[in-house]
Amino acid sequence: MTFPPLTRSIRTRLFLQLAAISALLSVALFLVVRGLAETAAEATQDGILAASATSIADALRSEDGEITLDLPYSALSMLGTTNDDRVFYKVEVNGETLTGYDDLPAPADPPTISQNTFATFDYRGDEVRMVSASRTVSASGVPSNVLISVAQTRLGLAAISQRISAIATGVGLVFFLVATALSLLAARSALRPLKEMTAAVTRRGPADLRPLAIQPPTELEPFVAALNTFIARLRASLLRSEDLIAEAAHRVRTPLATVRAKAEVTHRKLNKPEHKQTMREMIRAIDESSRSAGQLLDHAMVTFRTDSLATEAIDMGELVRETVARLEPAADLKDATIRCTIPKQPPHFTGDRILLQSAIQNILDNAIKYSPDDSDIAVTLTAADTIRLDVTDQGRGFGDSDTDTLKTRFSRGANVDDIVGSGLGLTIADEVARAHGGTLNITRNEGANGACVSLVFPLQ
Amino acid sequence: MRLACFPAAIIAALTFLNAAAAFEIEERATYTAPNPQSELRIISTADREVFEPILLAFQEENQTVSIDYTIASTTELMKAVHEEGEVFDLVISSAMDLQTKLANDGFAQTYRSPATDALPDWAKWRDQVFAFTQEPAVLILSEKAFPTDDFPTSRDALIALLRDQPDRFRGKVGTYDVRTSGFGYMMATQDARVSENFWRLLEAMGRLDARLYCCSGAMLEDVRNGDLAIAYNVLGSYAQAQLDDRGGYRIVLMSDFANIMLRTAVITSNAENVTDAQTMVDFLASLESRPDLVAASGLPAVDADALQSNVALRPIRLGPGLLAFLDRLTRRNFLRNWEASITQE
Repeated sequence: MTFPPLTRSIRTRLFLQLAAISALLSVALFLVVRGLAETAAEATQDGILAASATSIADALRSEDGEITLDLPYSALSMLGTTNDDRVFYKVEVNGETLTGYDDLPAPADPPTISQNTFATFDYRGDEVRMVSASRTVSASGVPSNVLISVAQTRLGLAAISQRISAIATGVGLVFFLVATALSLLAARSALRPLKEMTAAVTRRGPADLRPLAIQPPTELEPFVAALNTFIARLRASLLRSEDLIAEAAHRVRTPLATVRAKAEVTHRKLNKPEHKQTMREMIRAIDESSRSAGQLLDHAMVTFRTDSLATEAIDMGELVRETVARLEPAADLKDATIRCTIPKQPPHFTGDRILLQSAIQNILDNAIKYSPDDSDIAVTLTAADTIRLDVTDQGRGFGDSDTDTLKTRFSRGANVDDIVGSGLGLTIADEVARAHGGTLNITRNEGANGACVSLVFPLQ
Repeated sequence: MRLACFPAAIIAALTFLNAAAAFEIEERATYTAPNPQSELRIISTADREVFEPILLAFQEENQTVSIDYTIASTTELMKAVHEEGEVFDLVISSAMDLQTKLANDGFAQTYRSPATDALPDWAKWRDQVFAFTQEPAVLILSEKAFPTDDFPTSRDALIALLRDQPDRFRGKVGTYDVRTSGFGYMMATQDARVSENFWRLLEAMGRLDARLYCCSGAMLEDVRNGDLAIAYNVLGSYAQAQLDDRGGYRIVLMSDFANIMLRTAVITSNAENVTDAQTMVDFLASLESRPDLVAASGLPAVDADALQSNVALRPIRLGPGLLAFLDRLTRRNFLRNWEASITQE
């Protein structure tokens, strides 16, 4: 089943449903308020009419054998107290009109002595409400039935009814608006845990595969449990593949070392220059494979160590010097010079020595690899707002490649087809930088060919 | 005179001017506008001398409206409008009960305007009956009979006076014959409604062979010429106007209570010229703002402040209560009691 876009939002649906319910309740409230108030107003008019009829009935008397009546002023004036409605009355004795409005119709439902009856009908152009009361009056010892009817138009009632309707409409409208506003809040508050969970999941780093530690509402517990199980499976699967890669690299590297040693020996024994050339190429290929396997191992190690980052005080200057020293022989092979600039008071940094070393080594390794023969590589450590290590070469740079893509695994520059490489070096450096809260910046070497790769860490 | 340029053709007839009309017309006057475009037909109980200043002032403000002014007694007016369905645009009457009945029985039109909204609540009913004057019923004492400041100001005092000095007042007390005067009947029923003293007073007057009158004018005339010492329930506005002209008596506003009659206007449901009738209602409702007309007509305008400063003044309440005394049985019984009291039979 598909929903139109509007109703795919739980909040909108919740809100619409609650609003519909409050609209129904508002209408119900309006009807109840109006109904009750109109009944009360009608009862009031009926009450006054009945009092008027009773007052007239009580004034009945017999005189000289005839029934007569002094219409009490109050019987009619009381009907004018609450409104300006027209008043009609009739008194009948045994069916003959004694006094009053002759044409006032007889009640359809005749009253009894103990029970007045009420009727509503049109009379002289207006709707009237009429009460009828019955009495037995004795004239010269003969009992006569007297029927007293008092009628009043209902314009006052209509006015009251209109006023009440207006009030009831207002009450219903206010109720609806308040209820709708509240349902908006309710919908929002009901969905807040969902929002919080989304935020908790979104906030996580890309490598954070720990289970969610939030306390979800009861309804979301199965969902969070399922999510956590899924994360655990994903983590296990990732670890397994990293393990596999490391294992594979390890297994390849050892036999490669053996093959290289044998190839060296063979190289020395060979005499024909073309054979020697082939062998040198073989050795070079073995070296590249070995290096790639090493980087894969490094990367696996970085992934592993990032999960549980070691924290020790590191003298960054010392670390840089040490790493440069280690790569000096590789640079010498290309007649490249590494110029190291380290401040006299090198900054101290807390982090993982092995990871940092691996990062620096990979950056430097890259710089050497892409440097032309007889060039300079500048390694500059500064500590001002941030701790910054710039490695600048005079190589070919990265061409037009996107610098962010270069940081991803197995991605290499657009202009490196003739040089072997795994594409893992900058990835490792980037991951290390981020594990330490820093960044890896790749820029062009200003003013010359080449690239500048920088590790930037916040001061601690 | 400002209005001298208006050709006012006044046709006056004492009886049966219009042969077709079954109701009895006392007088009929036509005020043709200088630039007539419409005609406002008014039927009224107010005498022409009394109402003419108001009509002319209205016409000065509305120079296209001619006015046909028909004068009839309250009973004849009711007969014309209620029973015979004669076409008039506006009914002006001092009979509040009959005006109320017109509105109650559906012979009136609803009208609301800023001017009618400004009237106090007791001065209108259903937005159909609009009061524009307030005229108290007063006690008239002849100056000859009461030369000093020693005179009764309440019904109790009047009853005591009549009982204590029957010889002094025998044959010298007058009041309305409520059998013939609608105003007298309304005042008597209101008196009876408010206080049982009314019947005691009536009996006291009956024992002194009270004289009965059809109208305020005759009563005042008899007071002035010494035939009457006391006249009870005279229309105050009329008495005041007569006093200003000729004097000879003292007007006493009763301190226990004084009923106030409201002269009212009703736009009929079958009115042909509703617009001008409404303009006239607005004009009458704001009579208070024209002291010159109040002075010229002798009709005191509706004034809520005057009622607040004297709590004894009670405007007769417009509304269904007034219908009670129009009930034929009630009226018959009341008149029987009244006759029994006044004639001492």
